[in-house]
Amino acid sequence: MPEYSLSNQSEDGAMNDEDGSMSNIAAVAHHNRLTRQRIRSAWLFLAPILVLLALVAGWPLLRTIWFSFTDASFADLTVYSFIGFENYLSYEDGEWYGVLADQEWWGSVWNTLFFTVVSVSAELVLGTIVALTLNAKFPGRGLVRAAILIPWAIPTIVSAKMWGWMLHDQFGILNHMLQGIGLISEPLAWTANADLALWAVIMVDIWKTTPFMALLILASLQMLPSDCYEAAKVDGIHPVRVFFKVTVPLIMPAVMVAVTFRALDALRVFDLIYVLTSNSAETMSMSVYARQQLVSFQDVGMGSAASTLLFFMIALITIGYLCLGRRQMAGDN
Amino acid sequence: MTRSALRNPHRRYSFLSTRILKKRALQAGFLLLISAIVLFSVFPFYYAILTSLKSGPGLFEVSYWIESFDLGNYQAVVSRDSFVQSLFNSVLVSTLVVAVSLLFGLTAAYALGRIHFRGRGAVLIIVLSVSMFPQVAVLSGLFEVIRTLNLYNNPFGLVFSYTIFTLPFTVWVLTTFMKQLPKELEEAAIVDGATPWITLTKVMMPLMWPAMATTGLLAFIAAWNEFLFALTFTLTDAQRTVPVAIALISGNSQYELPWGIIMAASVIVTVPLVLLVLAFQRRIVSGLTAGAVKG
Repeated sequence: MPEYSLSNQSEDGAMNDEDGSMSNIAAVAHHNRLTRQRIRSAWLFLAPILVLLALVAGWPLLRTIWFSFTDASFADLTVYSFIGFENYLSYEDGEWYGVLADQEWWGSVWNTLFFTVVSVSAELVLGTIVALTLNAKFPGRGLVRAAILIPWAIPTIVSAKMWGWMLHDQFGILNHMLQGIGLISEPLAWTANADLALWAVIMVDIWKTTPFMALLILASLQMLPSDCYEAAKVDGIHPVRVFFKVTVPLIMPAVMVAVTFRALDALRVFDLIYVLTSNSAETMSMSVYARQQLVSFQDVGMGSAASTLLFFMIALITIGYLCLGRRQMAGDN
Repeated sequence: MTRSALRNPHRRYSFLSTRILKKRALQAGFLLLISAIVLFSVFPFYYAILTSLKSGPGLFEVSYWIESFDLGNYQAVVSRDSFVQSLFNSVLVSTLVVAVSLLFGLTAAYALGRIHFRGRGAVLIIVLSVSMFPQVAVLSGLFEVIRTLNLYNNPFGLVFSYTIFTLPFTVWVLTTFMKQLPKELEEAAIVDGATPWITLTKVMMPLMWPAMATTGLLAFIAAWNEFLFALTFTLTDAQRTVPVAIALISGNSQYELPWGIIMAASVIVTVPLVLLVLAFQRRIVSGLTAGAVKG
């Protein structure tokens, strides 16, 4: 009975021993019927999510890939013709066209990668510091933990607006503070200045998602066995050394999962950039670029081509990560 | 230490005092660190509240403490019919998303967590891979589906589309939880001749409430905060959700945003979430870590 699910083999065998041969056959027949019924109900129970996921994810993704080879327009998605790879790259009258020939696209790729690397690394460092702090026992720890959850819970749009106001070039409190302590002499145009805008986006993202990182790292810190630490303490090893030699290796797997989750999230960033720096080319991410082509320029072909490129980039990174993780696990074994 | 103390009692004393001093300094540093963390987390929200209570020219003078208490901005926000309508839409959409995700997530989790069948691993991989889909990658295709189903510019279209990000983690967390339940319960129910549906609703579900509360909260927050789909799949003020409504609040010109009103609206939208977080922080933390670490 390979598909038998309810009880495991040992119990199964015990039952066969107790029963006589006649009732044994009946029992097996009963089990088979029961197993078949359970498998049927399993698929019935899965049907709603399979249908929903096919409708909201599977089919739309295939359509997006298909649209990337057409000249469809957002206003009317029923009329279009197949144009091959022209949305990606084409050569006409001595000029290159398509997403891959668009400087803005490469700008958005650079922005997205820069944003992802800088903000995720900063969140990792700050998140570790916050997690180590919260791992110590002190009165009011619960309140501090609740406080750091606030940035995570605030809608991205709201945090973009709140920071937009704090970073306001004339009336913003950040310029006021920095001028007050003498770090800058002139107010800075945080969100409008091309050199600063991406840094402003990174700053807000760090504020918003460090709590997530900190909580995941904290969870893995709290699962660590205390005996290693007691042994280290008895041997008089310096805490910093203990952190790098004991803590870091032990929490590494959980941290890698958290970093991957955050990186995948950061690669598709949209809301924050869209609201904080409103469509400026200097900070445009790949998602913002794709939506601009799709909706603002009504060019579904170009937009879908950009979306498809983003999708395969993220898919490749995920598959690469999974393979790496699997190899590491195999190595451990 | 004791041996050297016996040899030289004074040295022991000085050694202890530097030790105490060092301990005090460490404690002070630790306290400073905690204050910095709390201040950094809470300040922007505090500043939004502070700004929302200001009016007129006072708005453009930086202050660090709440000096004026003017509810004018709140009155202005609440008297906008479109904002009240979008609040209502957000509540409707988020609640329905939670209901749909929990119902279907629970049945799927029962199938994936308790029944062994061929294709189970494949379904789990499909569910997990959907959670990494960039939303923009399905935008044009989903727009077409929503148009075809006649759900464009309709809150139900948003409920439908939000399942793309709520279902994967709901299914994932509930499956993990379902696997941990003792199998004796289920066996007893089956011996009594209960159908899978009865087993799920009458036997398993009462034990699933903690996990359902956690995933429900996370789904609610995710749906409440969503922006890209809400922006693309709605057209008129009456159908918008609050994140879009706030993003689209504008003044007489592009450079004259009504910051007081935006901050008041932001505070209104955020207060329910902050209350949820304060009340259920343990659940939320356990849900976040279950979704990521065990995944």
